Amino acid sequence: MTAGLDERLSAPGQPVPPAKRTVQWSRENLFGSWSDTLLTLVFGALIIWVTVSLARFVLDADFTIVRRNLTTFMVGRFPRDELWRPWLATGLIGVMIGVVIGSATATARDKAIEAGLPYRESTMRDALRRFWPLLALIGVALAFTRTFLPFVLTIVVFAVSALARSAGLHFPAGVRRRIWVIALALLLGAYLALSAFGGRGWDEWGGLHLNLFLTVAGILLAFPIGILFALGRRSSLPALRWVSVTYIEFVRGVPLITLLLFGAFALGFVLPADLRPGVITRMLVAITLFEAAYVAEVVRGGLQSVHPGQVEAGQALGLSPWRVTRRIVLPQALRNTIPAMVGQFISLWKDTTLVAVLGILDLLEASRVVNTQPDFLGQGLFAITLGFAGLVFWVVSYTMSREARRLERKLGVGER
Amino acid sequence: MATTSPQAERPPLWRDLRVLKVLAQVVAVGAAAVLVYVVWFNLTNNLAARGLSLGFDFLDEPFGVPVAGSDFSPGSAIWRALIVGLQNTFALVVVGLPLVTVVGVLVGIGRLSTNWLVAKASGFYVEALRNTPPLLVIFFAFNAVILQLPQIAEPIDLFGLVIINNRFIAVASLSNVEGSGVFWAVAAVALFLAVIVWVWRSRRFDRIGSPHHRVVWSLGVLVGIVLAAYLALGGPVEISHPELEGRVLTGGISGLAAYFAMLAALVLYTASHVAEIVRGSILAVPKGQTEAANALALSGFQRLRHVVLPQAMRIAIPPVISQYLNYTKNTSLGIAVGYTEFTLIAFQAIGNGQPAPQLILLVMLGYLAFSLVISALVNMLNRRLQFVTR
Repeated sequence: MTAGLDERLSAPGQPVPPAKRTVQWSRENLFGSWSDTLLTLVFGALIIWVTVSLARFVLDADFTIVRRNLTTFMVGRFPRDELWRPWLATGLIGVMIGVVIGSATATARDKAIEAGLPYRESTMRDALRRFWPLLALIGVALAFTRTFLPFVLTIVVFAVSALARSAGLHFPAGVRRRIWVIALALLLGAYLALSAFGGRGWDEWGGLHLNLFLTVAGILLAFPIGILFALGRRSSLPALRWVSVTYIEFVRGVPLITLLLFGAFALGFVLPADLRPGVITRMLVAITLFEAAYVAEVVRGGLQSVHPGQVEAGQALGLSPWRVTRRIVLPQALRNTIPAMVGQFISLWKDTTLVAVLGILDLLEASRVVNTQPDFLGQGLFAITLGFAGLVFWVVSYTMSREARRLERKLGVGER
Repeated sequence: MATTSPQAERPPLWRDLRVLKVLAQVVAVGAAAVLVYVVWFNLTNNLAARGLSLGFDFLDEPFGVPVAGSDFSPGSAIWRALIVGLQNTFALVVVGLPLVTVVGVLVGIGRLSTNWLVAKASGFYVEALRNTPPLLVIFFAFNAVILQLPQIAEPIDLFGLVIINNRFIAVASLSNVEGSGVFWAVAAVALFLAVIVWVWRSRRFDRIGSPHHRVVWSLGVLVGIVLAAYLALGGPVEISHPELEGRVLTGGISGLAAYFAMLAALVLYTASHVAEIVRGSILAVPKGQTEAANALALSGFQRLRHVVLPQAMRIAIPPVISQYLNYTKNTSLGIAVGYTEFTLIAFQAIGNGQPAPQLILLVMLGYLAFSLVISALVNMLNRRLQFVTR
């Protein structure tokens, strides 16, 4: 390390030939001292061993079990002759994502032009750099398909979202401000595509699709409740504060699995006798109750980041307390919570696997139970199926956490 | 509000903040009360309709099934089974948390290593584990690793000290023979003396500044006394080797396969989060501190041990404790691989027709009590560790 310092001090700004640079680099970063060299050798051996055994495992493995059960991994027990429904829903969600991205891009562009700031359109290369793990995952999944149709349909979905994005770019400003109405309508459309006219409601969903549904629905439902509890916790009214604190601390002190057990076995006891929701509905209730407490803490952090002067300024303008909260505090607070909310989204995404404990066929449970099929029983294929499911969960979490870090930098949270 | 005289007109009731404040609280408490009432009303009716009682008398009824890995008899009461479950939960916590700390701190420091390979390998481990669902890690450890070990009929036997198969792992242990009591008493005294020597050396170092060598001194005292006692008493303890006869294990200490799967998975998963916290805390220590240590010509290790880590620790403690709590809560996932911890015992009781609402409430309160106690302790510790400024 000191050697590196000397060399940096001695020759400032002088070009170094590449070969010498490599030697210098490895001397600084790999062979600085005898202990450094030892570490390099040990870790080098370890890394080579891991890489080689991983490569041998992937090359030797027989992926028939994944190939034959890919549909189960994706949609669980959804009727096989109605698979057009999930595909249609995927297309609608693709349109939704495209429209939202397009209109957000247009808004950012207009704002930058208005403020006279340079604006650089994000290119295909930016998108590739940010989302290559997701694209690679889609490629891996497509490699396991047995017919050509999924390829075609995936390309169609991508094409439709690209079209939707360019449509979103040309929406007038008034429509762009209300884009969330269009997004919700498309989401509802996706739900209807799955459930209406002889489809299946969410109590019969499964696979990756169920994990996605539980995550998105859980966050969407928990968000308003969480805001209420966060406001309650910071309220000057003792009764509101105590109700909120009790709820938040109780839920945060217990494992999610106990709430899921409550949903599975005890929720029926506290509901009226004639109300019998399906098991996934009850899971969703438990997840929402759980997530609301965590969202409340995230929002509380956002509320604390708003300078008290903002509230006082609002009061000086003669605004009512509700208006101060709604028009001044919340918009600033919620903007600051975006990165933390993405983090919350990731942990819920990982937590939805817990429904597997109650035998619900989500992606994790599917990747476990396919090992009991007669063709694959007792062959020790868990590493393959769990590895596949793990890859799916990992890629989504990893991409999201990178996006969260990017947002954090972009929004400059904590730098103001 | 800007009125100056008390006789000024008060606003109408529906715009009077004082009235609104009281009203809001009455509404909130009223809503909570109605909710509690409705829940209570439905609960009593539904329990009565199924012929279940509302109280906790069922805890005295027999549990009905054996508990794997313990000598619990199926005829014993449910509350005894719950206590066995609690013990199993603690067995995971007590062994796991020190491991989490060690792995987490090492990897966290490793990520900041100047050695490129070490930094990349640590980063790979953290990114791989942190973004994977813990339950998936547990399933993997149990189904893809532990269950793929050799069957009990042909176990791996390491020099008679360790026996590994896909049902349990057994390790050689110490067993008592005649006269062991005296030996253990002497060992306890030796440990006590070692602590005193440690304190004495530290104080002496603080007073006159000569090298303390407290590790050598303390260990010397401890090992010397214990060894002397062992020889004087003529071998008062023996090594008990684990032995398999058919499927019956004798000797040594053993843990179920599910226990080791849970331990490995939870430790690896939680340590990846702790490593991130450690890394962030080290980076949060002002750069001037490192530079000052370099100016004093401290070695890399000395700089870490005496300057950076003590300050990073203050920053890291609250989030690391919250990871400890997450670890404890995640032990409830033992339910997924049949490790009979607290939650699984309650789950089994529910499966045997015991009332679910009470049992789940009991389990929740158990975890809640643990969380609250730890939080209170952390707050105390935090206040003690804070820098005293002005």
